[in-house]
Amino acid sequence: MSLRLSLKGRARVFGDDINTDYIISSRRKRDARDEKEMARFLFEDIDPAIAASLKADDIVVAGKNFGCGSAMEVAVTVPRAAGIRAVVAKSFARTFYRNAINNGLLPVIADTSGIREGERIEIAMTEGSTVLVLGNGARRITAQGVPAELASIFVEGGLVPYLAKYRGFAAIG
Amino acid sequence: MESPKGRTIAEKILGAHADRELEAGEFAIVSVDQLLGTDGSAPMAIDLFASIGFEAVFDASRIAFSCDHYAPASSARIAALHEKMRSFAEARGITLFRVGEGIGHQRMIEDGRVRPGMIVAGADSHCVTYGALNAFGIGIGASDLAAAMATGKLWLKVPHTLRIILQGRLRPPAQAKDIILELLRRLRADGADYLALEFSGDGAASLSVEERIVIANMATEAGAKAALFAVDQATRTFLRNLGISDCAPVAPDAQARYIESLTIDLAEITARLALPHQVDSVVPLGEAAGRPVDMVFIGTCTGGRASDIRAALAVIREAGGIAPGVELVITPASRAELELLIKDGSLAELTALGAVLTTPGCGACCGTSGAIPRDGATVISTGNRNFKGRMGAPTAEIFLASPAACGAAAATGRITNPKVIAS
Repeated sequence: MSLRLSLKGRARVFGDDINTDYIISSRRKRDARDEKEMARFLFEDIDPAIAASLKADDIVVAGKNFGCGSAMEVAVTVPRAAGIRAVVAKSFARTFYRNAINNGLLPVIADTSGIREGERIEIAMTEGSTVLVLGNGARRITAQGVPAELASIFVEGGLVPYLAKYRGFAAIG
Repeated sequence: MESPKGRTIAEKILGAHADRELEAGEFAIVSVDQLLGTDGSAPMAIDLFASIGFEAVFDASRIAFSCDHYAPASSARIAALHEKMRSFAEARGITLFRVGEGIGHQRMIEDGRVRPGMIVAGADSHCVTYGALNAFGIGIGASDLAAAMATGKLWLKVPHTLRIILQGRLRPPAQAKDIILELLRRLRADGADYLALEFSGDGAASLSVEERIVIANMATEAGAKAALFAVDQATRTFLRNLGISDCAPVAPDAQARYIESLTIDLAEITARLALPHQVDSVVPLGEAAGRPVDMVFIGTCTGGRASDIRAALAVIREAGGIAPGVELVITPASRAELELLIKDGSLAELTALGAVLTTPGCGACCGTSGAIPRDGATVISTGNRNFKGRMGAPTAEIFLASPAACGAAAATGRITNPKVIAS
């Protein structure tokens, strides 16, 4: 199965090796009741002002190894609760990548080095290819979207809704 | 059965759980042998399990929950999460490691749930630890845990394998922690991303199972999906002491294909230090020697076993005690490890020296329970992560080192090469 979709938003740019504690601190997981409340503390150990400036449809853009460290799923569900639908990075830590697929947060792999903070960005996925369109459309970056084997999980919104619907893994693999 | 193509340990274990031959790069659905959920992930997985809508778990005897990240419960809200885990587990016959029993990874091993050739998955990144026993230990998320509790299955991509050849013998006071820190320096934080590590060589064979656990445990800090050791006499003896006599080791084929091989000479390993705030920012310990420390933390799934605590104590004893003004926090990895320290008198000696003892569990490692450092404090820890804010204080500076180096810091109040005290 291959995906077709188009997501547009504002690039929010981060560096390399952004670990899950920097996305949302383990100590907030201890204190907060739900993901909406935790969303107020997104990226606080990088800069406490980031959370308040996040808007729904912002697209997180990062360097290599995004989401390294813990396997905690709140590193995906809290950004989702803040309205973020996609992360574009040079590479992802494997646990973050699978949590993203499992929760319908779009992980896109691309060379992000030229993308600037605040820039308009479109992620366009068509049959078998993914491309990033930047600014007024003058710059296009080839990217890797969701592998065909995982698309059926992603389109259902994640692993839990997928299993609730299909009652097993028969439809993939 | 020797495949003509030649397969790695990872490809063989995963293939055996998919009922077909698998090779690196393929996606597969595999059955799991054992599952772990912690109080950091199981409460979410319980809710997600309900959303999937399966009546029963696939096999209660293959699931365990651990109350370890918040031990003891740090608030009424957390206590309620523990109760949620207890009632879910009790209703279904799932094993619960209660507050005080220790860190889930340590309990999984002690409980004989981790055996060669198994897939042991858990909603915690340090499940790679189980590779020390030749099991494909893999960290997954809460959704994966919920799905696996319902179906007994997991989706994954078969990883390529990076072969790590350990040669020679480690020379004290260098420890297994120094080996993995050196490996992290070489690989960096993403050098094993999506890869399985496979350890071999005479140096690997010379390590005790506990030393292999330290190395496998921190392989996740380089992004590894699994970190596999072969089975040898040391493994068999370790398992026999847990009451396990049947064992189905998985060895790589002679023609197994590796993405790359990397050799480390253990004889050249000296005391290492990971600098704040990156695990892969590793230097020879001497580069930061002399820096005053406020807190020394000996604990975690990496460095909280009785052998680690004894190694730190030996250095402290040699040096004549704990330096004034240093808070030495001891958090045994499990109750069984704590009991070893009680039995041989180490615990009484440590408390008499002024050490602070906390409940077996994850303790101060991720700032969820235990002793939280003050802002701006300098901490040296036997743990596995030193990210900014990791231990609960946003501006504490966390250094990672071996138990012996942590003991030397406790004794002198400064980052100190344990070699100085040993000689």
